[in-house]
Amino acid sequence: MSDTATETEGGERGPVTHLATPIRLEYNFTAGIAQSRYLRGLAEGKFIGQRCPVCHKVYVPARGSCPTDGVATTDEVVLSNSGTVTTYCIVNVPFAGQTIEIPYICAQVLLDGANLSFMGLIQEIPTDEVRMGMRVEAVWVPDDELGPTLASVKYFRPNGEPDADYETYKEYL
Amino acid sequence: MAERCAVIGVGQTHHKSRRDDVSIAGLVREAAQRALADAGVTWSDIDAVVLGKAPDMFEGVMMPELYLAPALGAVGKPIFRVHTAGSVGGSTALVAAHLITAGIHRRVLTVAFEKQSDSDAMWALSVPQPFSAPLLAGAGGYFAPHIRAYMRRSGAPRDTGMLVAVKDRLQALKNPYAHLHIPDISLQMVEESVMLWDPLHYLEACPSSDGAAAMVLGTEAAAAEAQAATGKRPAWVQGMAMRSEPTMFAGRDQVNPQAGRDCAKDVYAQAGIENPREDLDCAEVYVPFSWYEPMWLENLGFCAEGDGWKLTQEGATALDGGDIPWNCSGGVLSSNPIGASGMLRFLEVALQVRGEAGEHQVDGVRRALGQAYGGGSQFFAMWVLGTEKP
Repeated sequence: MSDTATETEGGERGPVTHLATPIRLEYNFTAGIAQSRYLRGLAEGKFIGQRCPVCHKVYVPARGSCPTDGVATTDEVVLSNSGTVTTYCIVNVPFAGQTIEIPYICAQVLLDGANLSFMGLIQEIPTDEVRMGMRVEAVWVPDDELGPTLASVKYFRPNGEPDADYETYKEYL
Repeated sequence: MAERCAVIGVGQTHHKSRRDDVSIAGLVREAAQRALADAGVTWSDIDAVVLGKAPDMFEGVMMPELYLAPALGAVGKPIFRVHTAGSVGGSTALVAAHLITAGIHRRVLTVAFEKQSDSDAMWALSVPQPFSAPLLAGAGGYFAPHIRAYMRRSGAPRDTGMLVAVKDRLQALKNPYAHLHIPDISLQMVEESVMLWDPLHYLEACPSSDGAAAMVLGTEAAAAEAQAATGKRPAWVQGMAMRSEPTMFAGRDQVNPQAGRDCAKDVYAQAGIENPREDLDCAEVYVPFSWYEPMWLENLGFCAEGDGWKLTQEGATALDGGDIPWNCSGGVLSSNPIGASGMLRFLEVALQVRGEAGEHQVDGVRRALGQAYGGGSQFFAMWVLGTEKP
């Protein structure tokens, strides 16, 4: 509410020009069949994707159809807990609603067996040691805290394997 | 095209971090009135209004086109709203141009705006969703990893982005409407600014601006009337195109998106452009983060893939001495009223083609490209304007 009035040198309050008005909007998110399977998989501590019957690419999270071929993706695939950091940035900017302490690594993680990367947090390594091609694994919250949300994955951490060769992930950039 | 379309009037606000003196309605009306005056017409000469802005959640005003209709003289007239995220200013101009080329209207007013001081765009872009991690820190957080991918793929020197950041801010000093005027901008100043989204420094990112842009588009007859009234020549639409692609699909090239390449190919074919670097005299391209200059140089075919950074490093894109100046206005890096940022690209090339760009005018512009992109690099809008009728 810092903008509601300005203090002048004489201590008098100037005209009100802005009013910060907190509002909230609650809505129900209908995930659909494919994303429901993905979200329920997360509640069981696993990544569930879907394979396109035409191009055989594996999507995670699956949206229920292949954007390239325009067909339903019905073939389910349980993916590895490990993957490769294809690219990343180090976030060092605060913003309203932020839940993670800065600086943190926001990476694109390509799970083994998937053909699409998704955004993941990298921890247990100094930010300046993260690299493209780094091999990582998902760290899940305790079983009793698992739920149908990607918040079930606490973060990804280095899995100890040597870095992936650039040629193996360059087409996912 | 059934009818030819020309830009016959342009107007913009002075872009600032806060415009406390006006509401959104006042902001858009200011740009619109300048465009009408520039075209030598009044509200009653306008047949329809096409309005664009970035997502409504940015200001929290849903469907603002309804409340803005009176401010834009649109009561009792057709009004359209266009939604294509950050590219919307460009797409909005194209929708308006189609209403002319399709023979539906004689004169269309097209307007785009953002009032970032009324909003928290960073928050609006970072709303948590159950199927993704709450990591996205605004647009910079989205684009920085793709910039890193470009750096790896092209082997570009690390200072390439900083060169763009300095060049565009120096050019902004010649544009009285630009938000950022930093007279002592230097590579050292950029390098010493905070690393917000490594590899992007604070000064390699666009500002948050309040601002609006407006244009009056007209038919050949309307263009002749405007020229007779104002003595200003029209800028003719020689080609226009939009393309989009899904945000997420396997094999998507996020560094050099196919939708952008296809869009450029289409617009060049319409305008008879075979070699963009030679055939165009300047360009205004949506570069909200410094590295998008070399990335879009490649995407738009100004050079071979992997060579964009070389043009930047050689100074080819500088107003001062470059053969293909980019963003002479200072670009999005110097003014970013998000919804209007794309229209400002389209508007600035109209200024260049009409010889009305003042201090940042490129000598003898005959043809110029305006480009806007938006979302996760999935929406593209472009036009080529020229001094000659198509």
